[in-house]
Amino acid sequence: MTATATRSSVPADPMVPRRYVITHVRQDTRDTFTLLLDPADGQPAIQFRAGQFTMLHAFGVGEVPISISGDPSDPAPLEHTIRNVGAVTRALVEASPGTEVGVRGPFGTSWDVDDATGHDVVFVTGGIGLAPLRPAILDVLAHRDDYGKVLLLYGSRTPDDILYGHEMHRWADLNDVNVQMTVDNAPYGYKGKVGFVTELVTKAGFDPRNAFAFVCGPEVMMRAAATALNGRGVPKSKIRLSMERSMKCGVGLCGHCQLRELFVCVDGPVLDFARLEPLMNVREL
Amino acid sequence: MDDIRILEPEGLDALIAALHERGYRVVGPTVRGDAIVTGDIYAASDLPQGVGDTQQAGAYRLRRRDDDAYFGFADPAQSTKPVFFPAEEVVWRGRRDEGHFTVERDAPKDQAVALLGVRSCDLRAVQIHDAVLADRPFHDAHYVARRDGTFTVAVACGEPATTCFCASMGTGPRPAATNEQTGEPAYDLLLTEVMAPEHRFVLEVGTERGREVADAFDTTRAGQEAQQEAIAVSDAAAARQTRGINTDTIHDVLRASAESPRWDDVASRCLACTNCTLVCPTCFCTTIQDTSDLAGDNAERHRVWDSCFSESFSYIHGGPLRGDVKARYRQWITHKLSSWQDQFGMLGCVGCGRCIAWCPVGIDITEEAAALGRMATAAGAAS
Repeated sequence: MTATATRSSVPADPMVPRRYVITHVRQDTRDTFTLLLDPADGQPAIQFRAGQFTMLHAFGVGEVPISISGDPSDPAPLEHTIRNVGAVTRALVEASPGTEVGVRGPFGTSWDVDDATGHDVVFVTGGIGLAPLRPAILDVLAHRDDYGKVLLLYGSRTPDDILYGHEMHRWADLNDVNVQMTVDNAPYGYKGKVGFVTELVTKAGFDPRNAFAFVCGPEVMMRAAATALNGRGVPKSKIRLSMERSMKCGVGLCGHCQLRELFVCVDGPVLDFARLEPLMNVREL
Repeated sequence: MDDIRILEPEGLDALIAALHERGYRVVGPTVRGDAIVTGDIYAASDLPQGVGDTQQAGAYRLRRRDDDAYFGFADPAQSTKPVFFPAEEVVWRGRRDEGHFTVERDAPKDQAVALLGVRSCDLRAVQIHDAVLADRPFHDAHYVARRDGTFTVAVACGEPATTCFCASMGTGPRPAATNEQTGEPAYDLLLTEVMAPEHRFVLEVGTERGREVADAFDTTRAGQEAQQEAIAVSDAAAARQTRGINTDTIHDVLRASAESPRWDDVASRCLACTNCTLVCPTCFCTTIQDTSDLAGDNAERHRVWDSCFSESFSYIHGGPLRGDVKARYRQWITHKLSSWQDQFGMLGCVGCGRCIAWCPVGIDITEEAAALGRMATAAGAAS
């Protein structure tokens, strides 16, 4: 071997996005929109597993991690439900059809709903937390007979913030899903339930010893819901949560999403409560 | 590899020339301003000959030595980190035209690096960065390209500063011959600078390509006694180190210390200035900055060093997750000394002591680790 400065070819770069074109923008609520995307390079759409996310790039503005909200068995068009909360999400939801965006991924872990086969399945979610769970719900409903009872416990801030309202009714009517909704604040005359989603958890009809729970929402809500589920007897290892952290790369390199030893982007976002509970109980960990 | 030689100080120029002739960009310690930094080396005269350093908590000074040692200092103010992992680089450049955009990556400079005079602590830090940035399911493509084909001339340390604690970390002052994670040779050539009875270098060959380079300049063959002389230099340097971390217990100490009152104590001193993370040879956190022209048709994404001490680091919609400085210090030291072991099977600290010297208020990672250990033991005994 001779010491000569040589370079092998440059490896593929996980930071380079694929171009997708926005084919449709649907307004779901006051501040939440669903984007449908098709590949702009003529290649097949990415395959993903329920619970995974992509890094979505608005040209010249920036990039954000967004969970895929579409059906994993039918990955085209690629579907993301986005709440307008910052510069990048605003650029994404205000883009008109035909605009190209960058997509990297899919990244991260899956809900792996197969593990719940033979169990009662309890989805607990709040607000836009329903979007990352939607692929898991569709997956369960595609194999409805493999599961026992299926419950969807959904909380939102106000009746106007309820996401996928029509679809939830359809799941209840056609797929034997026990859908229960509650709102934090209701206008005068509202007929539905008012209160936190954890109150639904304590009363819902399922067999805790043979249940699997999938929880997605704000961290305080997830901790309360998971604690309530565990209090009813659902083992911590059968309670899965999807964590949210700052992410700049999505591939475990930028360091932003660290939760003690976890890189939430590659070790998560979906993790079980047995692993997460001690981490969630420490303030600002 | 049993190939030990003696290199006269006058022979350093020939060594540097041999590296240049083989196409390497030679990088090593050099004096810039009032500090020794890592920079381009064209001849032995670029090295900090006759310059020493004095480092203590919150202080770094150069001093004139009373001899002509080329490597008579502890470690450069900045490690080799920026050579392979610059503080800022372009991830890609994009151009938008009629709604379509294209993305281009800058091609890496087509020149491999020869590290000349890299210290054992910094060599270990490069190995750690290899594990973090290259040997992962997803890698930093720019880092991998820059690291490709690196030639390493390590220099065993004989001049530890008061801030140094590599001996306790098992990372120096003499580098291990192989990378304990990969089993690959840690260096191509190893130099140890011996000042008495006469000024010379003990040169130990680590690889075949190291031998090929060593054959290109004048050396004299030596035996085991020369190697023993070199080891004695490093052993003396290890014996002079007063700081240390108990690596057997630190992982569990930090695991048990998440709610320790010590965090309030250190937060009352820490300025969250990010200096420690910038001088740390292993800190790898980055953020992305997006820029565009006024029309928005030309855009660039820049990867820049970030720090877990900045408030924006943990920001998600609604606010930062680590609002308190105590949470940020806890994150930093816990990552270095505990979670890094869970993530990568190794410690994230090499004992170079830079975070101690460059902390404006002199916070000492070894002192904090020891205090947390004492408090954890006391709490364990009390419960």
